[in-house]
Amino acid sequence: MNNRLKTLALALVVSIVGQAQAEDTSAKLLDGINEYRDALADGNPSELVAAEGEELWKTARGPKNATLERCDLGLGPGVVKGASAQLPRYFKDTGKVQDLETRLMTCMETLQGIDPQEVVKAKWLKGEREKMAALVAYVVTQSNGHKIKVDMRPPAMKQMYEMGKMAFYYRAGPMDFSCATCHGDQGKRIRMQELPDLRTNAGAAAGWGSWPAYRVSNGQFWTMQHRLNDCFRQQRTAEPIYGSDVTIALSVYLAANGNGGKVVTPGIKR
Amino acid sequence: MKKLTTLALLLAALPTAWAASEDTYAEFKAMMDRSFKTTGIAAKHRMYQLDLQKACSQDKPPAKEVQAKIEAEQLKTIRYPADGKYFGDWKAGEKIAVDGRGLTWTDKTPLNNGGGCYNCHQMSHHEVSYGTIGPSLLEYGKTRGNGDDIVKYTWGKIYNAKAFNACSNMPRNGDAEILTEKQMKDLMAYLFDPQSPVNKK
Ligand code: HEC
Ligand code: HEC
Repeated sequence: MNNRLKTLALALVVSIVGQAQAEDTSAKLLDGINEYRDALADGNPSELVAAEGEELWKTARGPKNATLERCDLGLGPGVVKGASAQLPRYFKDTGKVQDLETRLMTCMETLQGIDPQEVVKAKWLKGEREKMAALVAYVVTQSNGHKIKVDMRPPAMKQMYEMGKMAFYYRAGPMDFSCATCHGDQGKRIRMQELPDLRTNAGAAAGWGSWPAYRVSNGQFWTMQHRLNDCFRQQRTAEPIYGSDVTIALSVYLAANGNGGKVVTPGIKR
Repeated sequence: MKKLTTLALLLAALPTAWAASEDTYAEFKAMMDRSFKTTGIAAKHRMYQLDLQKACSQDKPPAKEVQAKIEAEQLKTIRYPADGKYFGDWKAGEKIAVDGRGLTWTDKTPLNNGGGCYNCHQMSHHEVSYGTIGPSLLEYGKTRGNGDDIVKYTWGKIYNAKAFNACSNMPRNGDAEILTEKQMKDLMAYLFDPQSPVNKK
């Protein structure tokens, strides 16, 4: 990041932290965000993460000392361009619907011999989970500007969609929230944070199509699994297991609702 | 044949969510069961639904009769202040309204929660960072007065919002033990006290 970016990032973080203390007006906050977005037009901070990911993609690793260059993300071995715009997808070889992260785990296991549990059990942005984030940043950068295009013809995709919809409306926990509590209406906000209506094509396209993303407020790159995990946290449910089927089902529901919309990944968020 | 067509029509018109297929629902339940784990205070059993949560888990609200039944049941859960005093300290109430923390798996204790009211409501004249999931409560006391009915209703709404709207998005702060009686009294003062910035510019 150049200095101007750093200053802006800092200013934005300070203004977000200051939010609770009021007086800081909404207009100022939104201005700050927009200014930051403009400054980023010629350099998304995730580029660094993506570069690391590309390096990692081509590095021989794991018990089998192999690279991921033959990984099949759905468009054939080694094809990365446009691949994540078409995920989640039903994969014949695993007999499962997989999102980008679970598919990468399959490649790491079959090609490199890395146990998926090393990703599942790691902490966010640590160990194999951190490597996963870098790989994700690399892969999704190659779908930037593509259209969301998930293939809903396989029966397994249809069933995942139905279950994803049930999960979206599933109220549970001490606050009785579901995803729909926060994302089931047009034009709502939590504090200053605008909430996409994920039931609609436009809302889902904007919400799904702009993740994974770089989060300005904490300077972290977050994968979609990370995003969903944090929404479940805010929902006050138990914790979803990394890569578990509920996260895949919800991803199918969101991606299918957003079908045809534009992919802008990695996104840049508050 | 006529009978058959009517039946077919009826079937097609059933609400899709649960009715879609018994099999899919069974698979859904199994999926939920294997997808979550206990982390910190957020125990896995949080994923088991209460009847009222289950009834409000489709894309459309349940039938009017079902809603009325839930509301009648939830009304019975409300405990009014034993000492008959509804109002605490509005300054403490403001802190509770602003504080959105509590009950996540990164919180250490199930106690000392915020009310998170500002996530959903406009309240004070001065706080600009408010959500819009719920209606504005600006000048609540000023516009509603402080008659017994409105005071009791407001207490009830904060204690258990589902008693008045079965599928409300608002949590059951008292019934689900999110807030203590004292915290709810402080929030009442915040809403009603003429000196509170909710009512005073
Ligand atoms: C209590 C509120 C709440 C609940 C419940 C909730 N979310 Fe969110 N969600 C948010 C907020 C606030 C954001 C904005 C991002 C942030 O926190 O920085 C968000 C962002 C998102 C985004 C990214 C949208 C964008 O444009 O960047 C997606 C996708 C999403 N949520 C999906 C879900 C799903 C699926 C569920 C249910 C499992 C869910 N959310 C439950 C509050 C919630
Ligand atoms: C997740 C959203 C949400 C949160 C958090 C929330 N509310 Fe609400 N509240 C609502 C909605 C929505 C309504 C409208 C009625 C309904 O649907 O139940 C409402 C209605 C009310 C009403 C009745 C208004 C009227 O005109 O009848 C009061 C009073 C109220 N809320 C106070 C509070 C207080 C105090 C808190 C914090 C302890 C709070 N709310 C937290 C969503 C919320």
